[in-house]
Amino acid sequence: MADVKKEHELIVTVSPHVRDEETTSRIMWTVNMALLPAFFMGFYFFGLKALFITALCIISSVLSEYFFQKAVNRKVTVNDGSSFLTGLLLGMNLPPSLWSFNPFTIHVPIIGSVIAVVITKQFFGGLGYNIFNPALIGRAFLLISFPKAMTIWTEPSAAFFALDAKTTATPLGILKEDGIAKLIEAFGDKLNLYAELFNGHRAGSIGETSVLALLIGAGFLLYKRYITWHIPISFLGTVAVLAWIFGGKNPETGKMLLFAGDPLIHLLSGGLMLGAFFMATDYVTCPSVRKGQIVFGIGCGALTMLIRIKGGYPEGVMFAILLMNCFAPLIDRSMKSDVFGAVKEKKK
Amino acid sequence: MALATFKGGIHPPDKKDIAKDRAIKEAKSPQRVVIPLSQHLGAPCKPIVSIGQEVKKGEVIGEPGGFVSAPVHSSVSGKVIAIAEFPNAMGRMVNSVVIENDGKEEWASLKDNPDYIKLSADELKEKVKAAGIVGMGGAAFPTLVKLSPPKEKPIDTIIINGAECEPYLTADYRLMIEKSGEIVEGLKILMRILGVNKGFIGIENNKPDAIEKMKDAAKNEPNIEVCGLEVKYPQGAEKMLISALTGREVPPRALPMDVRVVVQNVGTALAVYEAARYGKPLIERVVTVTGEGIKNAANLMVKIGTLISDIVEECGGFKDSAGKVVSGGPMMGFALSTLDVPVTKGTSGILVIPEEGVVHTDEFGPCIRCGRCIDICPMGLMPSMLSILSEKGHYEDTKEYNLFDCFECGSCAFVCPSKRPIVQLVRLAKSLTKP
Ligand code: SF4
Ligand code: SF4
Repeated sequence: MADVKKEHELIVTVSPHVRDEETTSRIMWTVNMALLPAFFMGFYFFGLKALFITALCIISSVLSEYFFQKAVNRKVTVNDGSSFLTGLLLGMNLPPSLWSFNPFTIHVPIIGSVIAVVITKQFFGGLGYNIFNPALIGRAFLLISFPKAMTIWTEPSAAFFALDAKTTATPLGILKEDGIAKLIEAFGDKLNLYAELFNGHRAGSIGETSVLALLIGAGFLLYKRYITWHIPISFLGTVAVLAWIFGGKNPETGKMLLFAGDPLIHLLSGGLMLGAFFMATDYVTCPSVRKGQIVFGIGCGALTMLIRIKGGYPEGVMFAILLMNCFAPLIDRSMKSDVFGAVKEKKK
Repeated sequence: MALATFKGGIHPPDKKDIAKDRAIKEAKSPQRVVIPLSQHLGAPCKPIVSIGQEVKKGEVIGEPGGFVSAPVHSSVSGKVIAIAEFPNAMGRMVNSVVIENDGKEEWASLKDNPDYIKLSADELKEKVKAAGIVGMGGAAFPTLVKLSPPKEKPIDTIIINGAECEPYLTADYRLMIEKSGEIVEGLKILMRILGVNKGFIGIENNKPDAIEKMKDAAKNEPNIEVCGLEVKYPQGAEKMLISALTGREVPPRALPMDVRVVVQNVGTALAVYEAARYGKPLIERVVTVTGEGIKNAANLMVKIGTLISDIVEECGGFKDSAGKVVSGGPMMGFALSTLDVPVTKGTSGILVIPEEGVVHTDEFGPCIRCGRCIDICPMGLMPSMLSILSEKGHYEDTKEYNLFDCFECGSCAFVCPSKRPIVQLVRLAKSLTKP
């Protein structure tokens, strides 16, 4: 009989015997890449501070994952790009003013990174098992622990190397405290306001300001199908509708005026674009059933507007997503897709 | 018109070019054949020959052991030299009859009956039964059972499955090109047996020449419709195919006959024709020998019981090193641990994957809940949850996620970026729980 068989040890594994090329680390690194345009805009507007803070976050995220995994004898997985992504996202969510020696706040990004990677992710079992978006927990922790440092906003300046810049309020802050008229005044006219918000020339977190750059990255992810429209569109749509219905104020009395809000201002400001496209869509912490993702997006949008209009903070994206993160497993379980054939037989 | 299709599914590289243009060739008659007495789903056969006995080609050597069963015939003429347990492609030991080939190729009986179509439905059915025909797409379900629906489940449609959605495989494609007329005849016989007057032949759209040929062969048959299907795996799965062509969805745990449909593979249709016309039993089949690791790819007409090692040798052996040899297609086939296993009625292909092409699955990551598997599962399941629960040992809980509706098509494992062995975990859970 044939002798071919003797020479070879055949590999036996369960089917399928072919696999798609996609890998977890390729996905993670691609998302990192898609964030770069927005990061560069932050770098451009806020200068070296932005670079330093983000780098600090990335380095401390990756290192804390590495050392934690070493310490508890887990496989070291820093190459998969997910802790890099957490660091990058956290950095982009921090105010550029944190790079300051007087008062000294440089430890703040480091603490945030450790909280994000070690507590939020690794304590729960590592990638795939965390309930909350690590970067957002990191940020939420910092906001509560360092309320002052975390709410000092600086003006975008073209003075690139300047490590200190004039402080100011964010557009949402102005909107909340002083109303829409003041906000428009601060930017000259309405059209200019929109344009500046779109380009990202405004005070805010490092990577959240440039809607244009964020959309470029998001468009790329959508095109590559790394994310789908379900969460961002339902999230943004809900914000727009609610902003229109409840976002208006009577200029004389300061009372709420229904159906008079400006949805565009709400869409273009705060961390909404960054949150809707890059953080609410985090695979691990959002529902994985598409129908459920729409519910999730609507929930995020509604909570965001609730906080923005009624809450104590001018911005609500972060808490909205974190709150919805809790519900993601529940949404998945209750919105399981229909098993093939379980629906009534339909005839052609 | 939009192409007929189903919801979900994947697009693995089809790699059919390797063997597509090799016309069907008669394989060398082997020195000996090892014919398993259980090649089908259902009860194994009882041997009716004894060691030392001379048998002719086409002679019955195993009688069906129950209703869901099919007789087994000798594929050569020669002498029975052993009846013992031998490994099959799934790695299981099965009782098999070993026959030494005397090379005379003497037939037991073979009679041309050109008027076969005038035979009554029962007579035709009897021929299918005697020929030991089973589904030749892989699952090897006895055809007779499909042709004997209970009275309360009338059949109104027969579908011939020419989708051949498994990558690499081209056996059905070659049959449709070379034996289109016979396949249409086979379908007509099946329609007659079941008293049905609607027949479909579904073919994936990446085989336009096969569609052309089949359309041509069926052009005088108003009741037979040849349909192009979207190219998508697993288009050829029974439930998907039925849904694509008729819009009917087979309910979970139900059979095609519950939606009045019978599905047969093109190879089966040919076997039915040959049984009806010549009384020829199912003793040979077309096997695609393919893959980047085989020297000469081919579509061979192989005698049942021929050892895969013989076939590999006939095809020039491995290019350099074979990493993996798969019986069947890459999505649902079985990796062989030895080449000394026989070709059976359900063997559609032999796929040789070179060492560098082997996907190593021992290193897989956690589920990142990306939802890809959920999007593509043709059964609408949540493979992610099945794999997570099974991995953690929560086998009972997998049933909440409809474990037993998974037919192990492998689409989920194909797309998973974490390379999770989902099918393996599903099988594990299935073996440790009851439906
Ligand atoms: S193997 Fe099962 S769970 Fe996975 S895609 Fe196929 S039917 Fe769905
Ligand atoms: S494709 Fe893999 S990683 Fe993605 S949800 Fe399914 S099992 Fe999890």
